[in-house]
Amino acid sequence: MHELSIAASIVEAVTETAAAYPGARVKEVRLRVGELASIVEDSLAFCWELATDDTPLKGSALVIHVLPVVVHCGPCDLDSELDGVQSFRCPRCGEIAADLRQGRELEIESIELEDPKPREVPELAEGAATGDGAGESANLKEQA
Amino acid sequence: MTTRIVELRRGILKKNDELAAGLRERFTSAGVLVLNLVSSPGTGKTAFLERTLRELRARGARVAALVGDLETDNDARRLAASGAPVRQINTHGICHLDAEMVTKHLEGWEGVSLGDLKLLFIENVGNLVCPSSYDLGERIRVALLSVTEGEDKPLKYPGLFNSADAAVITKIDLAVPCGFERDLALKNINEIRPGIRIFETSAKTGAGMDAWLDYLTGEAGV
Repeated sequence: MHELSIAASIVEAVTETAAAYPGARVKEVRLRVGELASIVEDSLAFCWELATDDTPLKGSALVIHVLPVVVHCGPCDLDSELDGVQSFRCPRCGEIAADLRQGRELEIESIELEDPKPREVPELAEGAATGDGAGESANLKEQA
Repeated sequence: MTTRIVELRRGILKKNDELAAGLRERFTSAGVLVLNLVSSPGTGKTAFLERTLRELRARGARVAALVGDLETDNDARRLAASGAPVRQINTHGICHLDAEMVTKHLEGWEGVSLGDLKLLFIENVGNLVCPSSYDLGERIRVALLSVTEGEDKPLKYPGLFNSADAAVITKIDLAVPCGFERDLALKNINEIRPGIRIFETSAKTGAGMDAWLDYLTGEAGV
């Protein structure tokens, strides 16, 4: 039952990001969760309500996108999705495939904000990294 | 009304991961091999670790242990009987250890300096689910499974077994009375984590301990 700790970590990260958009309401939080990430979706959804209560995120939706496990098979030189997490073998040749390429993700993909009145979008070029780590960026897409 | 999507692409446990990366650097530069021991409650982690600490000390290795539990310092007291420095981490209801708890408990640990140690064991809270998400900066994650638990444990908890670097089967002295199907257990571990090192041990009789200890001293360069 670590979903409450996970939910609290999400609230913290989203609150930090949303602070850059004063007045905007967080409508939706989208996650990417690998099948091997040991997260129970229902439990996380339940904990989300608890963790967002009394915060500006109250009432926001949590959307969990589950990613299947992908393994790389050396002999076939092929990445394949696995049908479940009970056996780590290449679906094509049946050999063991321990080289995991996807399935452990535990990420916040994006948040959807609702702004009561249109405002200037902060200057942020597409693809510009704002964080310190590679692969972490806050790109903006605006929808009318 | 404007709607905008802000992409974060950020690890939910980023803070833990960063702390763990810092710990891993500290451990590496101090030359200490750190292991994170994970199992269900009742697998026999503490008895196994107690014997491991005692025998490593007999081989002349400087060892220490951090031990996590929701409440009580019973395990720390048991482990301290080995003569190794041991510190209890009480999580007070939290079902796993995290990198921050480890960091805090390394500070002000009387008589222990990382640079003097060869091996540091972190005995996690008994739980096969939650600890798998939390990196503690360890170099080797050990998943333990006892013969009394059933051969299909790795299939039921693939997240943890798949993240392990070594597996230990404990209580093999009870294998016959329990009707433990060894081949099936080994097969199941290999299906979930192909090629993993597996040790079959009994902390009570000492069976299989030498192979485990040789592995540890080899990895730690003792």
